[in-house]
Amino acid sequence: MAIGLGHYLTVGAILFTLGVFGIFINRKNVIVILMSIELILLAVNLNLVAFSFYLQDMAGQIFALFILTVAAAEAAIGLAILVVFFRNRGTIAVEDINMMKG
Amino acid sequence: MVLTSLFFYLFATITVASAFMVIAARNPVHSVFFLILAFFNSAGLFMLAGAEFLALLLVVVYVGAVAVLFLFVVMMLDVDFAELRQGFLQYLPVGALVAIILVLELALILGATVIDADVALDTGMPMPPLEEISNIEALGLVLYTDYVYFFQAAGLILLVAMVGAIVLTLRQREGVKRQVISVQNARTPDAAIEVVKVKSGQGL
Repeated sequence: MAIGLGHYLTVGAILFTLGVFGIFINRKNVIVILMSIELILLAVNLNLVAFSFYLQDMAGQIFALFILTVAAAEAAIGLAILVVFFRNRGTIAVEDINMMKG
Repeated sequence: MVLTSLFFYLFATITVASAFMVIAARNPVHSVFFLILAFFNSAGLFMLAGAEFLALLLVVVYVGAVAVLFLFVVMMLDVDFAELRQGFLQYLPVGALVAIILVLELALILGATVIDADVALDTGMPMPPLEEISNIEALGLVLYTDYVYFFQAAGLILLVAMVGAIVLTLRQREGVKRQVISVQNARTPDAAIEVVKVKSGQGL
């Protein structure tokens, strides 16, 4: 059976769902939440690359490249904030992050 | 063709399984390692989809930089991760509900969508055949011409992220002796040396 667009989109959908599920079940651990966000972005990239391949369009790969850039920047900033927060408060539990009472 | 399918299913299975282990592993260090495995296998999927440059970029950027950054932070923070897992089962039902709803919606979209064959002919950036122009060259031909401003903006985002991360984590520790160049340069012999005439037999 030939691999079609639907196969890639299915893998992307499963990855996306796992990412969202990971945010829900690891509600206390910021590091795992950040990793779940990386999984979601990976799923999006997979979709873009799959569409780029099956429509024979370069734009999808370009956008995947930009998403990769933004994901790397987001991970760097998120982890830096995490390190600073841990230094100030001694914890990374999500429910303790309430200084701004949001 | 059979081999391609075989590799697709291999990569897809390992990607999904390791993505599941990322969110289910007890130890965050194991989570990071499973994340690396997921990235490697999705790089394989990218390769199968003809995005060779992106596949290698995924390995270099994600595995080489982002995952290692996660690993550093996980190992550097002295956190009781077992405590953070409290309430794991409590959040499981609502998480499962949301995940099921999401996967049903995505399945509905996947099942209902039909891509018109004419759409494929009407692309803005047609992909040149791989035999003539390699993937990285085709990407460069588009990236540095049509998307050059986006490319510059991406560079700016990375610069801001780098500056932000440095500014956030930089701190002045108390009691650390540092080299201050201006103080060193301002020293003169008059300030540094005291000439004392010592009379013989007396001492200071």
